[in-house]
Amino acid sequence: MSNRRRSDDGRESADRELASITKGVTAMADNSSNNEYWAANIRVIRVCLIIWALVSFGFGILLRPLLSGIPVGGSDLGFWFAQQGSIITFIVLIFFYAWRVNRLDRQYGVEE
Amino acid sequence: MDQFTLNLLFVGASFALYIGIAIWARAGSTAEFYAAGRGVHPVTNGMATAADWMSAASFISMAGLLAFGGYTTSAYLMGWTGGYVLLALLLAPYLRKFGKFTVPEFIGDRFYSPTARMVAVAALIIASITYVIGQMTGVGVAFSRFLEVSNTAGLLIGAAIVFFYAVLGGMKGVTYTQVAQYCVLITAYTIPAIFISLQLTGNPIPALGLFSEHTVSGEQLLTRLDQVVTDLGFREYTLQDGTPSQVINMTLFTFSLMIGTAGLPHVIIRFFTVPKVSDARISAGWALVFIALLYLTAPAVGAMARLNITDLMWPNGTQGEAVSIETIQSDPKYAWMETWEVTGLFGYEDKNGDGKIQYYNDASPALQERAAAAGWQGNELTNFNRDILVLANPEIGNLPGWVIGLVAAGGLAAALSTAAGLLLAISSSVSHDLFKGQLTPNMSEKNELLVARLSMAVAIAVATYLGLNPPGFAAQTVALAFGLAASSIFPALMMGIFVKRINNKGAVAGMLAGLAFTLVYIFLHKGWFFIPGTNSFADTIEGSLLGIQSTAIGSIGAILNFVVAYFVSNATEEPPQEIQDLVESIRVPKGAGMAVDH
Repeated sequence: MSNRRRSDDGRESADRELASITKGVTAMADNSSNNEYWAANIRVIRVCLIIWALVSFGFGILLRPLLSGIPVGGSDLGFWFAQQGSIITFIVLIFFYAWRVNRLDRQYGVEE
Repeated sequence: MDQFTLNLLFVGASFALYIGIAIWARAGSTAEFYAAGRGVHPVTNGMATAADWMSAASFISMAGLLAFGGYTTSAYLMGWTGGYVLLALLLAPYLRKFGKFTVPEFIGDRFYSPTARMVAVAALIIASITYVIGQMTGVGVAFSRFLEVSNTAGLLIGAAIVFFYAVLGGMKGVTYTQVAQYCVLITAYTIPAIFISLQLTGNPIPALGLFSEHTVSGEQLLTRLDQVVTDLGFREYTLQDGTPSQVINMTLFTFSLMIGTAGLPHVIIRFFTVPKVSDARISAGWALVFIALLYLTAPAVGAMARLNITDLMWPNGTQGEAVSIETIQSDPKYAWMETWEVTGLFGYEDKNGDGKIQYYNDASPALQERAAAAGWQGNELTNFNRDILVLANPEIGNLPGWVIGLVAAGGLAAALSTAAGLLLAISSSVSHDLFKGQLTPNMSEKNELLVARLSMAVAIAVATYLGLNPPGFAAQTVALAFGLAASSIFPALMMGIFVKRINNKGAVAGMLAGLAFTLVYIFLHKGWFFIPGTNSFADTIEGSLLGIQSTAIGSIGAILNFVVAYFVSNATEEPPQEIQDLVESIRVPKGAGMAVDH
């Protein structure tokens, strides 16, 4: 495969043109399903990013005064989120996203 | 066996391992040199990414930074990890689907503009060079401290090792050495941390120990730490400064670090090495797991080591008598102080001649009163380098000599792995974007591989030279590297994937606006080209132009980039159909294999 990468720029753009023509034929059927897939993906991303912002900027910084009443091991919940909670949530978020979108890939038949 | 021999043994063994891997993982094609043949398992790539990411600063300096900065420095923890969520959700899978070799290549193709590609190359090279100088000096420092060679000799040895495996193996060699380096560095970091956590809290997991009971006092560790540091006139450890300007700056700084992390090319290109789009997503998760092992431990190491040292200086409690010089010189618990005094990282001076060493904040009004009453004449712990918290940790915890040797090898692994990743990003951009893309588009693959190796060699030479003679900007990694990645590369990549309407003119205008704004703002506060005294504003929240410190300005630069790109694109023509098709195709995973063959 690497040998074929050698093709110069002209060849590459010709390839791409050809690809876009062949794609055009199947595009009609594919497009609406791909658009739905993309919209579903964006919905998952949106939910994940809301949680991402909530635990870090929210609980860790801006909302910390509101959480100061909840003690966690010598400090409060906001401090815990700033030091550990946000990182743990980030890990869960990425694995959740990977799992959820893999399912979407199969559902819309766009997996590799 | 004496300590020097042990250190030599550990460092020597780790280097032999790296060289062995280099010989085994030679690159035979450009695909192997740039992307390890796209055959790296997602967990392996996660581990390599963690080593790529965690630098000498993460390994040696972060715990000290957290220990002395307290709550506010949580921005580093959240910023440097939160970026991986953005990578996994917004960039890595789509760039992997695109299936090319460099970050500027995507920007150039998506915005059908060689200018855009060259702006990206410039941002990449400035950010990566700034970053790599810090690693090279880190290698020199680690060598000179543990192996009794000069800084210069240490740096040259380190450069020779990187030269060997990076020039020979490219991404393939770098990937597998980074895996080995991750194992070395995480073991070296965790073992002393477990011991200090056991000593202070009885909990073998440092991250849990941080939030548990301090065995000696019976209080919560953090409560105790807050108490002790405020007694000595320092800022309360867990306290949040609730003034709006502080809160806004911490938020913007965290955001800058997050999008800067997601936009750093040496991290992004790691995700080009996995076989599939879905692998790129999960691989970012694994990277964060491996990073979190250190990042959850670092704040515990910082807090515990600070409490430990404070208790050593005030063995009778902060209200009692300070430690006497006699105790420091005779008690084995204090032996490490003598060792580290020699390195110039630690020092005390009995200013008032009472035979005791009073450690306190002499700028605090409350403590000045106590000092006046007790006849103290200023803080007597005159030299207390923050890096001590990690470097001297094994000795403070009275751990066996081999742990110290392991820490030496770990610090070097952290510096070398990041340096290699950065050098690879620089050299692949020079050979692939500059030569193959612009100057000599017709060269054969064999010649491109040669050019890639040559540019790697030149990049190492330049980095070594700059490591030996650090220019003014070398200390500005956080502002410069993260600021540029945040304000130019991240927005361009994200819009390229998510907003079909952004065209060549919008992207170039956006990147230039983000870059120019961020650079000028940094220069206005840190001096033009970092020449001291040429700044117009003080680099503090109060003294700054917009009430924002220059390290946090990348987030504003990024927003500016988005806004300019959006309006310029909408005022000009739509991108051509083939570009819109390209965007459609990178959004779905199907056909990634074909993209490689392309």
